[in-house]
Amino acid sequence: MPDGDTRNVLEVNNLRTVFGTRSGEVHAVNSVSFHVKPGELLGVVGESGSGKSVTMMSLIGLLPSPPADVREGEVLLDGEDLLKVTPDRLRDVRGGEVGFIFQDPMTSLNPVFTVGYQIMEPVRRHMGLNKKQAKARAIELLELVGIPGAAGRLSDYPHQFSGGMRQRVMIAIALACDPKVLIADEPTTALDVTIQAQILEIVEDLRAKLGMAIIWITHDLGVIAGIADRVAVMYAGQIVEHAPVFPLFNDPRHPYTRALLKTIPTVSGERAAKLQVIEGQPPMLGAAPTACPFRDRCPLVFDRCHAENPLRADVGDGHDVACFHPLAHTAKEAVA
Amino acid sequence: MTRPLVKVRDLKMHFPIYAGLLRRQVGAVKAVDGVSFDILEGETLGLVGESGCGKSTCGRAVLRLYDITDGEITVDGRAIGSEDQRSLRKMRPTMQMVFQDPQACLNPRMTVGSIIGEPLVEHTAMSKAERTDKVRDLMDKVGLNAAFINRYPHEFSGGQRQRIGIARALALNPKFIVCDEPIAALDVSIQAQVVNLLEELQDSLGLTYLFISHDLSMVRHIADRVAVMYLGKVVELAPRDALYDEPLHPYTEALLSAVPEPDPAKAGQKRDRIVLQGDVPSPANPPEGCNFCTRCPRVMDVCTRLDPEFREVKPGHWAACHLHD
Repeated sequence: MPDGDTRNVLEVNNLRTVFGTRSGEVHAVNSVSFHVKPGELLGVVGESGSGKSVTMMSLIGLLPSPPADVREGEVLLDGEDLLKVTPDRLRDVRGGEVGFIFQDPMTSLNPVFTVGYQIMEPVRRHMGLNKKQAKARAIELLELVGIPGAAGRLSDYPHQFSGGMRQRVMIAIALACDPKVLIADEPTTALDVTIQAQILEIVEDLRAKLGMAIIWITHDLGVIAGIADRVAVMYAGQIVEHAPVFPLFNDPRHPYTRALLKTIPTVSGERAAKLQVIEGQPPMLGAAPTACPFRDRCPLVFDRCHAENPLRADVGDGHDVACFHPLAHTAKEAVA
Repeated sequence: MTRPLVKVRDLKMHFPIYAGLLRRQVGAVKAVDGVSFDILEGETLGLVGESGCGKSTCGRAVLRLYDITDGEITVDGRAIGSEDQRSLRKMRPTMQMVFQDPQACLNPRMTVGSIIGEPLVEHTAMSKAERTDKVRDLMDKVGLNAAFINRYPHEFSGGQRQRIGIARALALNPKFIVCDEPIAALDVSIQAQVVNLLEELQDSLGLTYLFISHDLSMVRHIADRVAVMYLGKVVELAPRDALYDEPLHPYTEALLSAVPEPDPAKAGQKRDRIVLQGDVPSPANPPEGCNFCTRCPRVMDVCTRLDPEFREVKPGHWAACHLHD
């Protein structure tokens, strides 16, 4: 947990992103707000299509427009609204102040440039180092992420690295300019568990060393439990629950979070005879939400859920939940 | 004691590597290198391992989707290891497969009805009306609305597409189904639906599964016995609880400890996590001795010289490791 420094390095308020498609609009992100402090790791969980990646890409203008359109909201990086700055300034931010690790290490490196070149590129662009300094920095970075024989591997091409190694290179690139905020978009999803364990270890280590804020997107609740300080659960383009990591797992309030935690089997403890399922499918996001997006799959659904979209309401200790049902606000998980 | 439905003995599947001007064979990728196991009737054998360890190849080789390099396979009392593909066709109805990617394994130009009905056209003499009835019945069984029979695969979600794949595999009343990572491409909440469906079908139809997955927690849920593969070899094979409670092979141990627990309290105290160093060696050039010796935290001298034998360490619990010699 961060100590002392309570200023938010990144604050997002009411972000709304809409895609225009031939068959109408898709409201991928609906009024999403969150913040991170320096040294803090915010986990964002949700199923595919819940808008996790789109939210993060909206922050630093990585979505092509059209079709994407960031309609509303503000993204404050140290008080500066990134949605209003010039394209030039945004280029300085990307890779400089905000690092981004993409999901697929296989395709997010350029196959025709050497790994060394790709690491040196942001360093020279953002930090103004000359070739020699940039090279020294690149070697330092590769050593930092645990690639053996770093100096010798700078002139290698991405295909000469394995998946886990490539993801380390991606992390090295994202860290190249000492970003204030690191956004990691499912960085371990494409990797095996043993390699994932290596990457998680590196990230823990780097966070302690460098003290940046990290936003970690994943659909794996196990990963989140291990590394996050706070967790935001996304469903259908909205944050439905947000809490520090312990209350989220021990005292989940939103019916979706509760159900999600029950659907996953574990490698230890009791083995259930049958897996709990969440019936049905996530909703289509054809229009701005006018009712609770989880209503069709919710065991606690009642009249009000069909009429209004719940807003996130505080239930104490930095825990908030977007649900009308009184059980979400008072009781522990007994009935749900 | 139920009899083994599937017997695999010393299965080898090597893919040749050709290189040079004359495309001479310069080596082989030993994707599956001497694997033996039995699958009892009505049970689920889980096959786990990291990507590239040969688990999918193993599953496909058992069904003879490849011409295997060496070894014996017996399915339902019939040796199919060296049979040619033509005479195997008659055998195909008893053994079927559910593929990993529900997007790629369904022909986008065929309707759901014709996809599920295709095996019936190939292998039975049913009339068109009988086929339609059977297809509707199958769709019903896997929880798809039979009214969607004339729709195309792209109109379905991932979980529903996987159900189509399962219905197709069930069409010929098979006894044995190889499920090759059937849930890897699905979301957590949908995974549970598909796994429950597979279990229900097993109970009602008495199916036998080879369930290939890299998700150890899901395998713990569905499998009766579990085999762990590493670099083309099965390193440990045991009943589920024995394997998860006391793994005998260091690789299994490391693999289990690497699975993140969805519980922050456990994650905090779990400092005894074993993090393996390095990557899996190339199956074209496996290390001498034990395949795992390059990453094993408990490596001994003998491991770099001798390949450990796969033997029964405890009743029903097999492992290939010098620690248990």
